[in-house]
Amino acid sequence: MTTMTTASAKGAKRLSDSLPSEVLVGWLRDMMLIREFELRTMAAYQQARIGGFCHVYIGQEATAVGTIACVEAGDPVVTAYRDHGHALARGMSAEACMAEMFGKLTGCAKGKGGSMHMFDRPNHLYGGHGIVGAQTPMGAGLAFGHRYEWEVLKTGKKRLTLCYLGDGALNQGALHEAMNLAGLYSLPVIYIVENNGYSMGTSIERGTTMAHDLRAKAAAYGIDSIQIDGMDVREIYDRFKPFADDLRERQRPGFVDLKTYRYQGHSMSDPQKYRTKEEVAKYQERDSINRLAHHLLNEKKTLSERDWERMQEEIKEQVRVAMKFAEESPDPDPATELFADVYVNPQPNLSPTAEYRHGVKNPLM
Amino acid sequence: MTTTLSTIDTPLHPAVDGVSLPEFLAEEDLPSREGPRVIQFREALREAMSEEMRRDKRIFLMGEEVAQYSGAYKVSQGMLEEFGEKRIVDSPISENGFAGLAVGAAMYGLRPIIEFMSWSFSLVAADQILNNVPKMLYMSGGQWGCPVVFRGNDGAGGQLGSTHSWCVEALYSNVPGLKMAIPSCPYDAKGLLKTAIRDPDPVFFLESERMLGDKAHVPEEEYYIPFGRAARLREGDACTIVSFGRPVNFCLEAWDELAKEGIECDVLDMRTIRPLDIGAVVRSVQKTGRVVVVDQSWPFGSVASEVVTQVCEKAFDWLDHQPLRVNSDDVPAPYAKGLEQAFLPHKGKIVAAVKRAVG
Repeated sequence: MTTMTTASAKGAKRLSDSLPSEVLVGWLRDMMLIREFELRTMAAYQQARIGGFCHVYIGQEATAVGTIACVEAGDPVVTAYRDHGHALARGMSAEACMAEMFGKLTGCAKGKGGSMHMFDRPNHLYGGHGIVGAQTPMGAGLAFGHRYEWEVLKTGKKRLTLCYLGDGALNQGALHEAMNLAGLYSLPVIYIVENNGYSMGTSIERGTTMAHDLRAKAAAYGIDSIQIDGMDVREIYDRFKPFADDLRERQRPGFVDLKTYRYQGHSMSDPQKYRTKEEVAKYQERDSINRLAHHLLNEKKTLSERDWERMQEEIKEQVRVAMKFAEESPDPDPATELFADVYVNPQPNLSPTAEYRHGVKNPLM
Repeated sequence: MTTTLSTIDTPLHPAVDGVSLPEFLAEEDLPSREGPRVIQFREALREAMSEEMRRDKRIFLMGEEVAQYSGAYKVSQGMLEEFGEKRIVDSPISENGFAGLAVGAAMYGLRPIIEFMSWSFSLVAADQILNNVPKMLYMSGGQWGCPVVFRGNDGAGGQLGSTHSWCVEALYSNVPGLKMAIPSCPYDAKGLLKTAIRDPDPVFFLESERMLGDKAHVPEEEYYIPFGRAARLREGDACTIVSFGRPVNFCLEAWDELAKEGIECDVLDMRTIRPLDIGAVVRSVQKTGRVVVVDQSWPFGSVASEVVTQVCEKAFDWLDHQPLRVNSDDVPAPYAKGLEQAFLPHKGKIVAAVKRAVG
């Protein structure tokens, strides 16, 4: 186990320095897209155009973008309900993501999932999941699946699953059963704790033991672990890439305490009395987008002010287009969609009142 | 057959692509239920799993003690030797964990069979089996189904007390998105389990520890029993007796006793309760005018309640007596032998109910 500070020591050659500059610019664009997307999400929620529970990702952009940058396009990703960032980082269009929240037929789940249930089969995103920790045994199962594909069916390759969770999920039994199974069966899944310090309004110190060093939890299951500063996307890449590559090669599970921060409330209805404005401001000073932009503009000088401004304009326009798309898309028709996608094989007499059917094809498929 | 997970990298709509159901024969065209090849219920289950696992390498069996111990109830005896430890997988006592593992594995493209030593233990996996399994297709807008077969012992065993005697059928069949099969005999157990494994939807398959040693003829040749088709096991005009799972056997005992008094009834074994062959019940009630539903779960909001409701909705004008139900008594399952016997739906309760119905 290494500590949080080693890779970013001043002057040391960093792994991310070896990447083409377009890659880092791409990260900046992806993080900026998530930020802008979430700002528009909040506005739409406040205008009651988005319903239900809605958890925005602002502040945590580097965690999804940085970790997903370290794996292959075909590796499974599964996460919890704060999932818009993962969907966009994984390649879902802003249109499909926003339309889902608007409850439209053109959404990634045809309007049946909502904010907490972003699924994208072509991009191997196995969902946002609403019950805290419920996705963690599924993460073990996805890893079981590709390990089995590689070892038993001999049609696959060495894959690696990324399973995200919040620090609140640390206290769910599901995670501990999942980590035990992953350790026991040697399942290539990385449990990435997006540790934003609060499970809703309960600070991590009030919710879990060993909050100062969560790696102790992984150690109990024989799982390798690291801590990473989640507010610095280059740091995430530098540390997470070799960690993930090694686990993929050895087909072993991992655990990452990725320290991050959400600038907004837990959900859209959170008065945030459990923390101070000063605390939020302290993290905003370390904002991941500003840091990478500063690095590319002033240190690397691989991005000009003009290109940076243009990028921001393009992203604003991209999200504007997505909003318009979501607004103008058709609602799912209860006559065709309410009873569709309940059964793959919707035979008669499954229900006393419903006649199940196939609906329209999912727009992502 | 070569098996590839082709559906994984080629985005397909699981509702319309890549689903291959077996060919289902009419009941009269199925191989005979009578014959010399007498095996136990547990062997019929094992044959169903083994035949399907030979056919499709995506299928694996996971559960507590299924491999090295040969199964807590010896259902999977010998399967480790044939299929190896990668496909017959011992799990720790961790139902929520391995049920959830099955969800991920199924979404990835495998076809898990998960053995619960007892369905009573599935309660600690409720979030996975009720939230994720039956809702995944809907929540994902048709992108991912969740084809897992969960199977294990349901209902009272032998004096196991309140926590180990769960009948989960009423609780779980309430949830849309899953299918539920409850066989009453070795022949059906094999044919239904093979169908369950082939079905692209999640199937809750309820067995009974009390029946695993039951012996009957099971044919050598391969057969599949379709879901949603009841079997009429006895015929008569006096009353319709509807049941499923272990209590079907009590109904047959009751039939023998009633027949001695000249009361001959239709006995319908529903075999699956989701889908439910309500048409078979209605046709019988149109003949008999009377119905007794025998269900080993508790009466309040039970499968019997559902059958009675549907009979009232669909055959009200044919009823000559109000529908009756025989459930387990509405108390926690007791330990003492006599109390447990009194608690369960048994021959005496069924005979009394039928006599009440026929007046």
